[in-house]
Order: sequence, then C-alpha cells, then structure tokens
Amino acid sequence: MGESALAGIKVLEYCQMVSGPYCAKLMGDLGAEVIKIEKPRLGDEARRRGPFLSDIPHPETSGLFLYLNTSKLGITLNPGTPAGKNIFLALVKDADILIEDTTPGTMERLGLDYHTLSEINPSLIMTSITPYGQTGPYREYKAYHINIYHISGQANFTYSMPPTSKKKDHSQPPVRGGGYVGDYDAGLSGATAAIAALYRRNSGSSGQYIDISAEEALISLDRVDIGAFANDPSAGQRRKGMLGGLMACKDGYIVVVAPQQHQWEALVKLMGNPEWAHGEKCRDEISRVENADELQPLINKWMLQHTRDEIFHLGQSYSCPVGPVNSVEDVFRSAQYRERGFFVEIEHPVAGRQSYPTASYHFSESPWFANRAAPLLGEHNHEIYCGRLGCTEDELASMRNSGVI
Amino acid sequence: MVKHPLDGIRVVDFTWAWAGPYATLLMALLGAEIIKVESMKRPDHTRLRSLMAGPTLGSPDHSTVFNDINLNKLSVMLNLTKPEAIDIAKRIIKTADVVTENMRPGVMDRLGLGYEALKEVKPDIIMLSSSALGSTGPERTYVGYAPTFAAISGLAYASGYPDGQSSTLSGAIDTRVAATSAFAILAALNYRQRTGRGQNIDLSSSEAISSLAGEMFLDYSMNRRITERTGNHDTVMAPHNCYPCMGEGHWVTIAIATDEEWHALCQASGNPGWTRDKKFSTAPDRHRNREELDTLVSGWTSRHTEYEITDTLQKVGVAAAPSLTGEMVDKDPHSRERGIFCELEHPLIGKRKVVVPPWRFSATPAMPPRAAPLLGEHNHYVLGELLGLSQKEIARLKEAQVVY
Repeated sequence: MGESALAGIKVLEYCQMVSGPYCAKLMGDLGAEVIKIEKPRLGDEARRRGPFLSDIPHPETSGLFLYLNTSKLGITLNPGTPAGKNIFLALVKDADILIEDTTPGTMERLGLDYHTLSEINPSLIMTSITPYGQTGPYREYKAYHINIYHISGQANFTYSMPPTSKKKDHSQPPVRGGGYVGDYDAGLSGATAAIAALYRRNSGSSGQYIDISAEEALISLDRVDIGAFANDPSAGQRRKGMLGGLMACKDGYIVVVAPQQHQWEALVKLMGNPEWAHGEKCRDEISRVENADELQPLINKWMLQHTRDEIFHLGQSYSCPVGPVNSVEDVFRSAQYRERGFFVEIEHPVAGRQSYPTASYHFSESPWFANRAAPLLGEHNHEIYCGRLGCTEDELASMRNSGVI
Repeated sequence: MVKHPLDGIRVVDFTWAWAGPYATLLMALLGAEIIKVESMKRPDHTRLRSLMAGPTLGSPDHSTVFNDINLNKLSVMLNLTKPEAIDIAKRIIKTADVVTENMRPGVMDRLGLGYEALKEVKPDIIMLSSSALGSTGPERTYVGYAPTFAAISGLAYASGYPDGQSSTLSGAIDTRVAATSAFAILAALNYRQRTGRGQNIDLSSSEAISSLAGEMFLDYSMNRRITERTGNHDTVMAPHNCYPCMGEGHWVTIAIATDEEWHALCQASGNPGWTRDKKFSTAPDRHRNREELDTLVSGWTSRHTEYEITDTLQKVGVAAAPSLTGEMVDKDPHSRERGIFCELEHPLIGKRKVVVPPWRFSATPAMPPRAAPLLGEHNHYVLGELLGLSQKEIARLKEAQVVY
C-alpha cells in the first residue's frame, strides 16, 4: 500500500451540518489535510443535533458531528472581524480547495468571494454547496433536508412495489428518505466536482469556482424517473411494477427483485417449485404482473413462513436477488460487513471509543484511513495560528478575548 | 478550445443496468471519453426493459431509460464469449486510463479481464469493480439491485412511515452507488497523476448506501439505539412535515428549528388562536404535540397552493418548499431559471428532455448532454480509428460474431 489518494492536498472547510462537512470528510479520509473553520463558541450546528452519547446534549458528543468530521483539524474563527478576515485570507493562500456553504451573497459581504480569493491564490478551487445554487429565484431560500428532498422530486419516486390494483393513495403525503441522505448526496457531488477540478488544475489549468446546488444533485440522481415524467406526465400509468418487492417474512421484512425470467425462476426454486408458479399466469413477466393480485398473495404467504436469514441465503444460493431489510443493528452484526472491516473503532477524548462506518471503496494502492477523530471545538487553534501562521501566544490570547477565534 | 475537467481520459466501460452506467455518465459529463463495451449476446437490459419503464422494447435503440443514463458515451460491440473479442478488449484497454465493471465478482477474472490481467496490458490502469456486497467476504457472490442495496444497507429500515412499511427509496439508490464510484475513480486518477501508479478499486454497493447513514450507526455504537422510521418528522424539530395544499397531490414541506422561525410561521399564518396554545410554546412542547400541531398547520396550508405557502414563509425566514413530482420539477420557476433540463435529439427516440450535469464549473465546464449511443454506433471509430483495423478485418470480425 502506498500513501492515500489525496495526500498533500490542502482543504479548507467553512461549513456546517451535513453536506459541506461530508464533502470535506470524503477528502480528509483519503489523505487530504482538512482545516475546518467553526464559529467561535457555538461551532458547527451539527454539534447541537443528536444523537448524543447517553442522550445527554454535549457539543463534543454528537454522533452526527463525530461521523462527519473525522480526519480534520478544527479551528474557530469569525471572518466577519477584520483580524478574522485576514486570517481567512492567509489560510486560503495556502489551500488547494475551499468548501463553503454560506447563503449566496454572504462571502461577497465578507469580502471573501471567489473573485477576491482567486487574486491571492489563482490555483484555488472554491466549491460552494448550497440548497439551490448561486443563481435563480430560490438562491436565498432557507432549506433543511426535508425541503430539498421533497422539492427535488425524490419523495415522489419511492418504488411502489409490489404492484396491486389499488389506486395511488393520495391521503398520505410523499415521504423523505431517512436520516440526511439527500444532504450527503450534495456533499458527495461537491467532492466529485472539486477533485475533478483538482485533476484538471494539476494538469496545467488554473483554479476555478464550482457552484453546487443540493437540489440539482438530487435531481441528477433521479434523472431517469424525473426525466420520464418531465417528458411524459402520464408515464406513471404505464408503470406496471413487479412481483415480489418488499414483503413481510417470519421475523421481519425482505426485498425480492425478480422481474426478469431467470430471476423469477430462481425465486420459484427458492419457494420450492410450487405448482402454481408453473401455470399459464406465470408464463412471462407481463402475465405475472397482470395477475399480480392473485400471485402476490401466494408469494407473501410463502415468505411469512420463512425467516430473513433462510430467504436471504437460500435465495442467493439460487442467484435470486433478495436482501433482508436490516436495522442498523443487523448491519453491525452482518458477517459480510465484519469480514470487509466496514466498521472501525476510533477513540475520541470526550465521546470515547466508538464504531464508525468507513467507506465502500477498497483501494489496492491508496488506503482509506480516518487519521483522527473529529476535532474538539477550537482544538487546533494553537497549532494552526501559532505553529503555521506565526501568531504569538499574546496575539492568540487577544484574538480569543476579542471573539476573533 | 473549451477544456473540460477530464479531457483526455478514456474509460472502457463494461458496466450495465444503473449503478455502473451512472458512474461513467458522470465521468462523460466531466469530459472523459467513455467506450461502452456491449453485445447483442448480452445487451444492457435497460436497452430492452426496465423495472419501471413498462413493456419490453423490441429494439435496443429505443429505450429512454438507457438514453438518460448513457448520455455522451460511445458504444462498441464485442461478444465477450469469443476469445478474439477479449483480445480486442485488451487492445482498447491498452489505450485507456480507467476500466469499470459491475458483473458478479469473479466473472471478469474468468473472462481474462480481471485486474491482474489488465495490469499486464496497461500497468497504470485504474479498475473499478462495483458489486452488490464487494468482492471479498462470505457474501461476495450475492447479487442485488437498488432495492436490495437499500434494504441491506440499513437506510431502507429507517425510511418511511413509523406505522407503515420501510421504503426502499427510488432508483436513486443505484445512482448513489454510482456517484460514490465516480468519486473513488477520480481520487484514483489524482493518485495516478501524482505517483504514476494505477490500482484496483473494489466497491460494495450496500456499503456505499450505509456510508450515507453514518449518524445512525454512531447512535447504535454510542447508545445501542436502532434508528426507527419517522416519516417526514424530525427527531427534534416541529413542525417538520409535508402538508396538504389546494388540489389533490399538492404538498408543501415546512421545517421549524428555532423559536424565531416558529413565531414567523404563526404570524405568516395570520396568528390563529392555536398558535398561542401553551401546548406549543416551546420547541420541546411543539415536538411532543407534533401530531396535533400538524393537523392545525394542515388546516392553514390546505387553503393555499404550495407556492403561495413557500413564498409567504420564505419571506419571513421560514424553510418551506413544495413537494414536487417529475413534471412539476420541469415546470418549477427555479429549475427553469437554472436550466435543469435541456432538450436533445435522439435519432430514434426523437426530441427528449434530459437533466443537465449537476455541477457548474467557472473555468472548465461540464459537457452539454448528447444522446446515448445506438448499439455499436462507434464500432468503426473504436476498431478502425483507435485500433487501426481495416474495413476488411472489421467485416471478418462481424462475420465471426466477434463484433456482435
């Protein structure tokens, strides 16, 4: 194994909550040096969101903050003060990538817009991640995860499997994805763009500015479904769905995806070759869907008599695409996840030793590595301000007293 | 000439379905040249059918699903069951930077196209293999699609209504896996640029989705708590829901985090009596009584359109947004202004609106979308121009069903 993929790259993060911090974490865990700038005293909003250790709110024990801020150095800074602004500029001078998530217009008011920053560092790649992007009528709209998830169209595209003759239920509103999934998406999209620009820059181009809209990140992910309806509003009527889908079993829920013939045949094998599955109604995909009202209950009935583990492992032995609906506890206990080392223990001075998800990609040469736990608020002030920027102890104390840091 | 971020990068793409092709779509939109290796023997099933697209198509070149997820790519036909096709594939790879595949672990090795074999041909090649659960571990041979990835990852369990079933979300589960793949490939390209070394990347689709639910796993680690479904509710914020508006299928989302936002909502809704009810005076009170509060907020929202509510609330600093369908996204004023869709011409499908690239670069723009390739549309470019095979030779390969 060599060094990590982004070793030597310097990232400056001026972000809160999920999208921006995830973007910088993705790079930090691949070896980039990330300096995270937080508001003096308050810090990142995620520090005030749970889940907290033992459910006791504490700025250093938020699970959301701990996960999203591994492999970062943390400093406090108020760039709204003249001294703070100068420090921000000094940090930018030395950075390859700046990630920021303030409301459009904010950086300009601070005198820290791309135009200004690119003058002191022409090779800077500045990435702004905001709910709606830098232009357009909603650019200053306030948004939380639920708002972005729904406006992107994604809440309307939960697969309604299995097919039934029932009409779409209009009494219950569309529902968002769990956790902050849509916010993670925006961070991932920003990270991809930033290191694409980094690649270009290191091939001889200049730095540049990247505008990431979280809404667009989500729309792009659902481009097939959204495109179908944008081109033809009646697309839904032709959607037949498929047999199987999400079903209750003896001890939980299971998902079966078996529209294609060979997948269906595997499912039939799994169910022990019942006679009904060889009848005319099961002849091909179309006839199976047409007879779903009669066939689906037969599949449901078989599932209810078997456990998640039985269905999963036996089904997979026949190459039937089937998976259990896992809780986080099930995932933690998964032999497959264990064997691949998906969880790693990281020690944190306040939150203690906890298990963290790592990453889904295993590089043969450049390892993924969370080189440190999330920073305490202002943990690296001394190291960065005195060690790198040459402040004296007195200057540090005075900046602390005047609320600059 | 306009430069794009990945100009000069060539990807040989053996992926199919959604989770692979969206990764190479992102790279294509960043300017890389994607050569999709396909065959009549094993057509990408999205060319013929799709879980949600309805009836099976008779031609491999009429699929809108295939089009939307394979924009800007080239297609060469190679029948990988023929040894000669494997040799040709390797010759293409010799000219390339990246290889992608999402077959079941082991299949590329058996074809003679595994990482070790390709490294012989092109020592600094970057190869990404994306599979259901990764290429190591006891479940490495298991197969899956978006709904099973969502289920196994833990995210589906925590999505949906508390009193209903889990939600496996949408096809965007596949594209999330793909977005993760694209990031990993770009990291490897940066590493190669610095060190000259290629590498193999083994990606687990289910793990890619688990990574997007990090805080739930920390909650389990810290408190042994299993994250349960909350529908549109939040663990601390209230009101926080999707509320009915005028007309069937019209909804608006509203989220209140602070007292300031709460008071703004009260005022914007005309300060009805219930806004002064003690039950709702503090954030914890509002969260405790959120069901009742939702009913009262719904009484207000349902007399207006989702755009009226959004406009009214945003003016006073409250987070609100309509809940849109695909056609509504297309008609939304902000989408229009940002140009989220563009129209292209496909030789067989005709005019089609597609979603533009999701990043706006100031110096090296993403590529404007072009229609997806017809099956084998670029046989001549790849075999003739790139590899220098003669017309006669290409005709012979077609005859022998190597190019097929």
